[in-house]
Amino acid sequence: MMANHSEFPLWEVFIRSHGGLNHKHVGSLHAADAQMALEHARDVYTRRMEGVSIWVVPSTAITASDPADTDPFFEPAKDKIYRHPTFYDIPEGLKHM
Amino acid sequence: MSTQVSLDERFQARIDAEQKIEPKDWMPEAYRKTLIRQISQHAHSEVVGMLPEGNWITRAPSLRRKVALLAKVQDEAGHGLYLYSAAETLGITREELYNELLSGKAKYSSIFNYPTLTWADMGAVGWLVDGAAIMNQVALCKCSYGPYARAMVRVCKEESFHQRQGFEILLTLSKGTPEQRAMAQDAINRWWWPSMMMFGPNDSDSPHSAQSMRWKIKRYSNDTLRQKFVDMAAEQIKVLNMTLPDPDLRWNEERGHYDFGPIDWTEFNEVLKGNGPCNRERLAARRKAWEEGAWVREAAMAHAAKRQQSV
Repeated sequence: MMANHSEFPLWEVFIRSHGGLNHKHVGSLHAADAQMALEHARDVYTRRMEGVSIWVVPSTAITASDPADTDPFFEPAKDKIYRHPTFYDIPEGLKHM
Repeated sequence: MSTQVSLDERFQARIDAEQKIEPKDWMPEAYRKTLIRQISQHAHSEVVGMLPEGNWITRAPSLRRKVALLAKVQDEAGHGLYLYSAAETLGITREELYNELLSGKAKYSSIFNYPTLTWADMGAVGWLVDGAAIMNQVALCKCSYGPYARAMVRVCKEESFHQRQGFEILLTLSKGTPEQRAMAQDAINRWWWPSMMMFGPNDSDSPHSAQSMRWKIKRYSNDTLRQKFVDMAAEQIKVLNMTLPDPDLRWNEERGHYDFGPIDWTEFNEVLKGNGPCNRERLAARRKAWEEGAWVREAAMAHAAKRQQSV
């Protein structure tokens, strides 16, 4: 019944919603090539002016951290509270700091 | 064995703590299967749902009505795509999903196996069918599976015009000639009970519900959402100055809700089994679209391969 065809590769879609903002991941889609991916992304993710710029990236090009290693992977940042401004004591009334 | 228990327990603890589950997180096989089944049925429903409305695009009574209906059908296609993408994060391919639909193995919402006989059906479908769907989908925005919940947020944002669009069609007809009023009432009569059935079996006959509630895939029971729907529609019908086809429908002061009559589940089960008025026609239309699009898919892949070589 169905024609045998190799499936279109998967692309991740990133959209800049307004000038000055960063591109943000919004979802994914299948397309034969980058140009088709861009056009599909426009038709699917920006029908109501949700974007001024689109990036499409082959999903296979993304390397992700492993959720099973979340704790050890992010551990180095955990005990360094001195990286936050609230760590430091400054006299009350001191202005513009 | 004991590690299995602790994995399950840790998973449930995450759910209980309102943490979202993401694609690469460990999850029980049954959770994965339940989600694949539910999300893919939802995706198929969006895609098949384009057909009853597509039926009226060329015959919409004005350009304004036509562009609105066209936009709505485009949205349904987009919603199908968001949902297929969410299902694919669980380890099933688009092709497998689509094969399940086209072979008749997968289910989709029974509501789309009813025919859209008149223009007023576009009003009733928008108001009642989309109204019921939105009620379900708003609840799903808080689903424990991240990709599904995020897809639902997007869908709900886009759907908000669908119901208004439908209600406006009915409102216009309700102020028209006696024939137009009769047409609107007829559409409401035909779509009311199938819409009520969209929420699924009564809680007492819904075997998977309890587990889905524990996993926070489902946030509200079928009967809770159905009651909410009745309370909404029973008020809105007054604005149309029409009636819902249920002689038992009345406000219950004590409960603070509308009471309503029993649902004829034999009809629901027949449609579910494939014996609804349009089951065969719907699947035949999807198969035709898939088969007739084959050369486009092949050409696109060939073009992409050729361009890659020439780079």
